[in-house]
Amino acid sequence: MIKRTSFMLVLLLLAAMPLTAVQGQDEPLRVAVVMPSTADDLAWSQALVDSLAAVQEALGGEDALVVDISENLWQVPDAIEAIGDYAAQGYDIVFAHGTQYGGPLFDLAPDYPDVSFAWGTASDTGEDQGLTNIFPYEARAEQGGYINGVIAALLTQTGVVGIVGPVPAGDALLYIDGFRVGVMEANSDMGLEVEVPVIYTGSFGDTAGAAEAARTLIAAGADILTGSAQQVPGVIEAIEEAGGLYMATQVDQAEGWPDTVLIAQVFDWNDVILDMIAQRQAGVTGGIAYELSLENGGMKMVLNEELAATLPVPEMLAALAGGLDIDPEAEGAMVEILQALLEAGTAEVVEGRIDVLERVEELQAEEAEEATPTPAS
Amino acid sequence: MTGEERDLLVILASILAQGLRFATPYLYASLGEMFGQLSGMLNLGVDGIMLMGAFTGFIVAYQTPEGADVTAYLWLGVLAAALVGALLGLATAVVNVTLGAEQGISGIGFYMFGFGLSSLLIKVTVGRPTPVAFFPDIRFPVLSDLPLVGDALFSHNIMTYGAYLLVPVSWWVINRTTLGLKIRAVGQNPEAADSLGVSVARIRYLTATLGGTLAGVAGASLSIALYHVIQENITNGIGFIAVALVYFGAWTPAGVLIGSALFGVVSAVSRWVQALGLGIDPNVAVMLPYIVTIVVLVFSVQRARQPAALTKPFQRGEG
Repeated sequence: MIKRTSFMLVLLLLAAMPLTAVQGQDEPLRVAVVMPSTADDLAWSQALVDSLAAVQEALGGEDALVVDISENLWQVPDAIEAIGDYAAQGYDIVFAHGTQYGGPLFDLAPDYPDVSFAWGTASDTGEDQGLTNIFPYEARAEQGGYINGVIAALLTQTGVVGIVGPVPAGDALLYIDGFRVGVMEANSDMGLEVEVPVIYTGSFGDTAGAAEAARTLIAAGADILTGSAQQVPGVIEAIEEAGGLYMATQVDQAEGWPDTVLIAQVFDWNDVILDMIAQRQAGVTGGIAYELSLENGGMKMVLNEELAATLPVPEMLAALAGGLDIDPEAEGAMVEILQALLEAGTAEVVEGRIDVLERVEELQAEEAEEATPTPAS
Repeated sequence: MTGEERDLLVILASILAQGLRFATPYLYASLGEMFGQLSGMLNLGVDGIMLMGAFTGFIVAYQTPEGADVTAYLWLGVLAAALVGALLGLATAVVNVTLGAEQGISGIGFYMFGFGLSSLLIKVTVGRPTPVAFFPDIRFPVLSDLPLVGDALFSHNIMTYGAYLLVPVSWWVINRTTLGLKIRAVGQNPEAADSLGVSVARIRYLTATLGGTLAGVAGASLSIALYHVIQENITNGIGFIAVALVYFGAWTPAGVLIGSALFGVVSAVSRWVQALGLGIDPNVAVMLPYIVTIVVLVFSVQRARQPAALTKPFQRGEG
């Protein structure tokens, strides 16, 4: 089930109904997060931590909402120990912020029926196994991946845009395949022949390997790179050194690399967190699957306007500018063109003119078929 | 030369250049660990010391004041990383030589200490992955422009050249100096060395400190030479591979050089295999360097003789 909530609306409702009153005691709501990487990874984990901090501040600080974090728990047994500890201590919501935690989490959840376990990336509420206290959540990362892919294909000067991925799974795979679909779509619609090689490092935190993968892609001709997971600083540093551009996801890394990160798909978990809190106040401990998407505002495309203003308008975009009623020669034309493209791409996805997930699944099915050896006749 | 031949040349040059550059931290850390193992000291805490070296090198370079000489601060960073590494290496000697701890277990302890402390320091200083100034690549007239080998051999930063220079220096120390002879004697037969007046403890303190120093420099090579950024757990296990490369290299500088370069080159191949879309599953491609390392390790360990006293504590009057 897709939940759509308004941050301000839920905030107002929560403000009108003090948490202490709902809990029936003078204690703040307690939330714990168990995550595979660090809270400041500029990626998957940080996106959730930033949102929790925003919600905490909006609700009135630590007096209303306590947030405790256990990080760097990539190993499932360690993570499950931590999740169990938080549950045993009576935390209200425990975030299991990694796809890999799912199986053991489902074994643990029945022992703590009053605790809500939020689990992502996932969509299974566990209802068919009789579980009532799981809130799965996921991001439709392929949507922004698609938009980034289309724009990268239009921007590249070399005809090669590269991707550095961690492992081909979960949120990272959705984003990467969405990006590839975007490039392919631009190729077929605009008559381009942009290549989009992908290198996986086999790890989420291999900064050195990711930097070397980026350098490989640059040697292969790429002038624009993208990537996912906490290893991306290595990728951004490599493409910055080469004078290229980077398209981001999960968190806007432009603050650290203002001369290189052009567009970011930013995750905003605020509404999801607020709705979980509201559901608990209404007596619902689980059973709702949440999604971040461009439709519900959980994901936003953010343009680095200062960087965009310094970029020349490439031939391909100059040709498109006329259709967008923008003078490509005018000052700030690139900012306007990219803003228009982001708006058009977002509208295309939101209004359903392209089902990116469906295209991603088709692409994955085609590749799986190609990889399967044909039986000898 | 056809376009395809030119493309192939570009790819080969890239693989060589990347492979040799990627070997930099492995070389520093492995050569340091090799000295320790030759004297009978195994240090599984190399990765933790590298993490501390990476942070130290970074934070010194990061403090470069506006308008100051960046290169001077980078060198100061290397020096500080070496010093921190030396102190941690010295600490491993106290624990293993003086207190007689089990080397494998204490090594893991030092790894966890370095991992935890470096993460904490990153959090309280910069709080997030942060870019920093770095040693630029040095290009030589004519040589750097040579086809194939120009980029591979003559377009690296000073710390990469330093790592390769350390190989003949290490060989000379081990095989041509009295100190090298003492190190090998202590690692093969500490009782005999002791009876000849060699201080086993002093030699092991020295090699453990040297190993720590080079591990610290290896860490700095990641943050301020190769990848210009600090991030928690930036080594991602490089220190453990470095320990394996000492076995791979059969406790010789040349062997360590071959192992590090091979690991680097196969890693580069595994990335090009994916970039070219050759249809090899990415999960298989990323395993390539490790598979090659394990296979070569199996054969090299069979033919090589490890130091007889490796991991064995020594107390005067025993044995």
